[in-house]
Amino acid sequence: MTSAGSGLSLLQTCALSLLVFTGASQFALVGALAAGGNPLTAAAGAFFLGVRNAFYGLRLSQLLALPRAVRPFAAQWVIDETTAVSLAQPTRRAARLGFAVTGLSLYILWNLTTLLGALGAKAIGDTDAWGLDAAGPAVFLALLAPMLKTTVERAVAGLAVVLGLGLLPVLPAGVPVLVAALAAPVALFAEGRRAGRTRDDVSTERSRTAAPDTPDDAPEEAR
Amino acid sequence: MNTWIAIGATALGCYAVKLAGLLVPAGALERPLVKRLAALLPVALLAALTAQQTFAHGNALVLDARAAGLAAAAVALVLRAPFLLVVAAAVLVTAGVRAMGG
Repeated sequence: MTSAGSGLSLLQTCALSLLVFTGASQFALVGALAAGGNPLTAAAGAFFLGVRNAFYGLRLSQLLALPRAVRPFAAQWVIDETTAVSLAQPTRRAARLGFAVTGLSLYILWNLTTLLGALGAKAIGDTDAWGLDAAGPAVFLALLAPMLKTTVERAVAGLAVVLGLGLLPVLPAGVPVLVAALAAPVALFAEGRRAGRTRDDVSTERSRTAAPDTPDDAPEEAR
Repeated sequence: MNTWIAIGATALGCYAVKLAGLLVPAGALERPLVKRLAALLPVALLAALTAQQTFAHGNALVLDARAAGLAAAAVALVLRAPFLLVVAAAVLVTAGVRAMGG
């Protein structure tokens, strides 16, 4: 819808949804192109927004334990929604099913709405008036809530919110979310140190030596 | 033509990072620390995304009807409402606050 309104052809709009299939990146690309940006700069911004999907894949590959041959096909569906649904499932079977169902239905819906949106961009009017822009964050919140079981998860979420919002005005789109991901290694590091203080057996010694290298590893991935 | 180059580059890049995450060898994920990290990363990302989609307007932070909608969703979650009801609460409250000029 947005892209049809900003100078992309019907074919280009649909190709974008079919091939890229990660909403934030699509909007970023379209926005940058509409603003007259250089195509490669625009693509770089969209790429940054897509990097978080690699973190999701990391978690999903151990959760779903997919056969190697299936992975290239499953990869296209590694997005916010499929990850959240898969993580909410109690068993591997349910997680695989959740991933497949969410992936397939979203892929079809997303591309169908793109086509309809591109065809009737002006006919639909202002979806914001209906409050539909609040559906996205509400879905994320509903999926996030069951994950906040312990203090560590809550601390990670809190720190990520502060980083994500605090850096939003100063960093390019997509980068604040990646920086917010650093909340995870930071919390693990803090947890490791606390464990080191309360216990002093060999296992803590190991976690103490293991913990300090996480903040160094993670930024590498984030870049 | 330029637009097609941008679309192609974005599609390739976005697919590559998705695949990269899935292809990390299972052995590397056996370490407990890596496991914990991989479990905590989605928490951080989802939390940051939720906050941004609620309070961001472009590069600026705003407090508008979406915040009321998200608060309604949070209340619904605390009351253990089913998933669709949580989303519906957010949408309805957001639309309601906007209709009242918020």
